[in-house]
Amino acid sequence: MSEELVVRRISNGTVIDHIPSGRALKVLRILGITGEEGYMVSMVMNVYSKKLGKKDIVKVEGRELSSEEVNKIALVAPTATINIVRDYEVVEKRKVELPDKIEGILRCVNPKCVTNAPREAVHPSFRVISRKPLKLVCEYCGEYLTEEEVIAQLAGT
Amino acid sequence: MSFRGKDVLSILDFTRNDLERLFRIASSKFEGDELKGKVVALAFFEPSTRTRLSFETATLRLGGGYIGFDAVQGTSIAKGETFSDTVRMLDAYADAIIVRHSLEGAAKLAAELAEAPVINAGDGSKRHPTQAMIDLYTVWREKKGIDNLVYGVLGDLRYGRASGSFLRALNLYSPKKVYLIAPESLRPKEELLDTLKMPWEFSNLEEVLPELDVLYVTRIQKERFPDPAEYERVRGSYRIDAALLLKNAKEDMIILHPLPRVDEIALDVDSTPHALYFKQAAYGVPIRMALLREVVP
Repeated sequence: MSEELVVRRISNGTVIDHIPSGRALKVLRILGITGEEGYMVSMVMNVYSKKLGKKDIVKVEGRELSSEEVNKIALVAPTATINIVRDYEVVEKRKVELPDKIEGILRCVNPKCVTNAPREAVHPSFRVISRKPLKLVCEYCGEYLTEEEVIAQLAGT
Repeated sequence: MSFRGKDVLSILDFTRNDLERLFRIASSKFEGDELKGKVVALAFFEPSTRTRLSFETATLRLGGGYIGFDAVQGTSIAKGETFSDTVRMLDAYADAIIVRHSLEGAAKLAAELAEAPVINAGDGSKRHPTQAMIDLYTVWREKKGIDNLVYGVLGDLRYGRASGSFLRALNLYSPKKVYLIAPESLRPKEELLDTLKMPWEFSNLEEVLPELDVLYVTRIQKERFPDPAEYERVRGSYRIDAALLLKNAKEDMIILHPLPRVDEIALDVDSTPHALYFKQAAYGVPIRMALLREVVP
């Protein structure tokens, strides 16, 4: 595969493939991977893909990401596939699936929502009420968060 | 279902059976000392007259005591204490916490932090479940039921928490029809409209008044209009007086209002049989007594 030319195979860990092109950094941000964890992380952007035309790939060496952790990236990368690699072999392959509940990551657009109050013991939490188009509802104030708003919030990251 | 120790955050936490059980208790003219030795905290971060006084009255009538505040001046909140910390403190002192706050979702947050049951006495512009209970109770008593009636809900349906809670509450029943009567800029948000399960439509008062069994009126605040001239233009279409009712309304149509009213209902309506709003306010005590009796552990 063409990406092998720029990023070598990993021995153990997770490969997130089929990320829509240009969104790999957002994926890392959602996963909370900053580089300071010490794992070897590689990323390629805009490589050729039969399915998507162009795609991004993220490889995390030495860490198997759980579905729960990874599913959140469906917010920006609904086409992504997760490959768990052990000893250079893909032992598990799955698609990301947007969870029913999204905690953290996003903030409520309602300025009067308690989750936007400074210094309170609360984190934003949303329930997914529609996947296509994406629509979330704030668990605290009931305000909608639309796909455009989700993308706009994550674009600023 | 038992409400003991349960939080009361939204009217949708209740089923129709739950509500009817409360209504039966409230109408049984019960007296008692179920709250003897109990302390209820009234945490009113925002001003309120009826809600606070009726919760206080309900607590006292059940033999309980209360602590709390009705303004943040003079409390540590004025010094910068967070809502969360205030709730944790009240939780340590009281057997139940009644919260009124301007922030939406404040009651849910309080419920997450406190062991004691939290009763939402109005948070932000969407939820006011005990008001909705009183409103439904008024209809239940006066109309001998809530289903199959034609409702008009008039006023500020966008920022008014009482009208929103009332509309959500009607979802638990089967109204024949609900007319939403509001200036375009004060129509409910799609978040609310999407949840409505009964037949509803936007309309104007003049057209639907003869059909209505229940007219629920809320205040239209002048400050909601960016242009005061627009307010002056529309206010007449949302004003109810005795002459209008005499000409157009069914004889047994009832008018509810969560109060305070300003001038959306003329004073000459008060002496007509349509005016139920003072009785509705009075029902605040028995309903809140019934609720406290069932909820406080």
